[in-house]
Amino acid sequence: MSEKLGFWRTYLFSTDHKTIAKQYFTLGLLWAIVGGLTAYLMRWQLAFPDTEVPGWGFIAPDFYNMLVTMHGTILVFFVAMPILLATFGNFLIPLMIGARDMAFPRLNMLSFWVFALASLVLLISFFVPGGAASAGWTGYPPLSAKADYTGVGWGINLWILALALEFISFLMGGINFLTTTINLRAPGMTFFRLPLIIWMQITAAVLFMLSVGPLIAGAVMLLMDRTLGTTFYLPEGGGEPLLWQHLFWFFGHPEVYVILLPGLGMVLETMPAFSRKPIFGYRPIIYSTIAAGILSFIVWAHHQFISGMDPRLAMPFSITTIIISVPFALIVFAMIATLWRASIHFSTPMLFALGTLSVFILGGLTGIFNGSAPIDIYIHDTYFVVAHFHYTLFSATFFAGFAGITYWFPKMFGRMMNETLGKIHFWLTFIFFNATFIPMHFVGLGGMMRRIANPMEYEFLKSLQPVNEFITVCAILLLISQIPFVVNFLWSMIRGSVAERNPWQANTLEWSAPSPPPHGNFETIPVVYRSPYEYSSPEATEDWLPQDRPLTPSAAARQ
Amino acid sequence: MARPSTAEKVVEQPKAAGPRVPGYAGGGPPPPPSEREEPVISNARLALLMFLAAEGMFFAGLIGAFLVFRLGSAVWPPPFQPRLPVGVTGVNTAILLASGVTVNLALRAIRAGSVKYLTRWLLATALLGGIFLAVQGYEWIRLIRFGLGISSGVYGATFYTLIGCHGVHVLGAMLWLFAVTVMARRGRFTARQHSGVELCAIYWTFVVALWPVLYGLVYLY
Repeated sequence: MSEKLGFWRTYLFSTDHKTIAKQYFTLGLLWAIVGGLTAYLMRWQLAFPDTEVPGWGFIAPDFYNMLVTMHGTILVFFVAMPILLATFGNFLIPLMIGARDMAFPRLNMLSFWVFALASLVLLISFFVPGGAASAGWTGYPPLSAKADYTGVGWGINLWILALALEFISFLMGGINFLTTTINLRAPGMTFFRLPLIIWMQITAAVLFMLSVGPLIAGAVMLLMDRTLGTTFYLPEGGGEPLLWQHLFWFFGHPEVYVILLPGLGMVLETMPAFSRKPIFGYRPIIYSTIAAGILSFIVWAHHQFISGMDPRLAMPFSITTIIISVPFALIVFAMIATLWRASIHFSTPMLFALGTLSVFILGGLTGIFNGSAPIDIYIHDTYFVVAHFHYTLFSATFFAGFAGITYWFPKMFGRMMNETLGKIHFWLTFIFFNATFIPMHFVGLGGMMRRIANPMEYEFLKSLQPVNEFITVCAILLLISQIPFVVNFLWSMIRGSVAERNPWQANTLEWSAPSPPPHGNFETIPVVYRSPYEYSSPEATEDWLPQDRPLTPSAAARQ
Repeated sequence: MARPSTAEKVVEQPKAAGPRVPGYAGGGPPPPPSEREEPVISNARLALLMFLAAEGMFFAGLIGAFLVFRLGSAVWPPPFQPRLPVGVTGVNTAILLASGVTVNLALRAIRAGSVKYLTRWLLATALLGGIFLAVQGYEWIRLIRFGLGISSGVYGATFYTLIGCHGVHVLGAMLWLFAVTVMARRGRFTARQHSGVELCAIYWTFVVALWPVLYGLVYLY
């Protein structure tokens, strides 16, 4: 464990879970830049149609279709998943359960390199003749099933291949997460002493593993339609386009919780540490998470109310969709109750955690509109839906992601981030995020459809154009607001003040390891004595009580 | 921060020396003082079972797609399409099921410590699996000659996709089986250490158990 490894084994082909986490993070951030660029180009085209985009040029309608498709694909599969799931899962699971590494370190390395290969394939797809995929990130057939319909040949084939590789990578990762958490917990770390983010990560891993199979089956059939001449999704050959939608959303809905749950987990870790209070309702949160996970498998058709499926299905799927808001409401109320009468420290991670909470509540509320078939029939495929899923997924990916990265930065890199820059970053992001996406609800209710390249072509949308221009200005400012973060991140990594072991005085096991933890993490494997959120305990002199600190023999005897 | 005087007596402070006697809080039982215990299910086995769960969902997706087309068409198989060889495949099903028995006999043999019988049963399993694949391949060639193409409609496409995916799994299981057989002949397994055989047997049993479901749906239903 202490022998010196060369450059390649240390930085590139490392089996250390912390290095792999950083590799995923780096790749996720690079993709986030591409995703931000696609957002910028789309917003400019929507606000000022058919004018030259500064720094780019004109955007043709088929290029716009490609932007829409790749924006969704990149942000969901190549930013949210590698950052929320792979980065934080890899970094935190062994550290928080008191293990030296993952159960299968080499499989872990392989999973990253398969993901890197998926990234490469997706990148190549931009440069093949015909351009990248442009059938929407959901890839609905028959549009996606025949090259003639989109004019994109290899772009969509490579898109399917990239997603398949990504799924293989995360399948390996998920198996690793679960095996590690089940088998490698430190002595005394029972399941009900696990930090909540670990519960969220393993629930997400289970959801992913059980939902991805049908989509892979669907993707195999889509690829065969495109390359071998089968007609699974083409009505003229007896195919059924709706089949893809069912297979896609059977995966797609659990997938949003695969992204959301780790995000909520980061908030649930940050909040007690900066409220100096135990989490409210530790076990109910776990049970809610499991309940939401189970329910997520029977809500998928709420994406398809107007797809032409049997309308009798709308009612049961509306009901399950509204039921699934109950466990999430419980988690949100547990967060609010944790804040109740707490001594809150408004540090940067805490601000982002509170930002996640407030933004997610609004996204959750609009979800009830979308989930009820009678309302969804009118708002389906409008910008209301776009606003809704940015409120949920942006809060999970970026607000919670920033909460996580600012909270665990000292542990990851051994240095502190700058608080002032962090707060500037938070407030700019929070203001411009809301300024971008609140008006989108109104544009959507006004009838503006998703995925149209030029709203000015529609008479009834012309009056909404000033709002679209406002949204674009705010969206560009939102992108610019990320500069303080980039500066802070890079500068702090090199020049930040050196972090101690436990700068936030938090209880979970990762803070008992050195910052940054060496290969193998702990000097000795810690022994766990209590649940992870015992802040302000009357039993302790300080207002925190780490999980691995034993009681004195006399106190133990009294219990 | 209350009651520092009593608190100091209750919780051992970080720097305090003395015996690390495990106490407990939060209502749980005291943790074992030593290193972690042996897990109930070994890492590799747990990982394989989870992988099989994902595989099961993959086939569930394919079967779901098959059922959509099967239930959505009035006449199945569609007119002017060749019929599937039910009888030959029925015999082939029995052969594959027999291989599921032999692989478990191999497992039983190594549990009893007999490397000789382990190798024999593994070879028997590989032989039965090989026969299954050969018959499947032969029947495929005949079906193609009769005009059942992959692009001649969803009937042929679902058939080749579903049965082909299973065939690829049998092929993968065969390769694994060969690797295990080679290791067995080199004497890598003993009565106490034979997880390699065990994992391969689990996977083989999964692939075998999947087949009657597909046979029933695709050939008989």
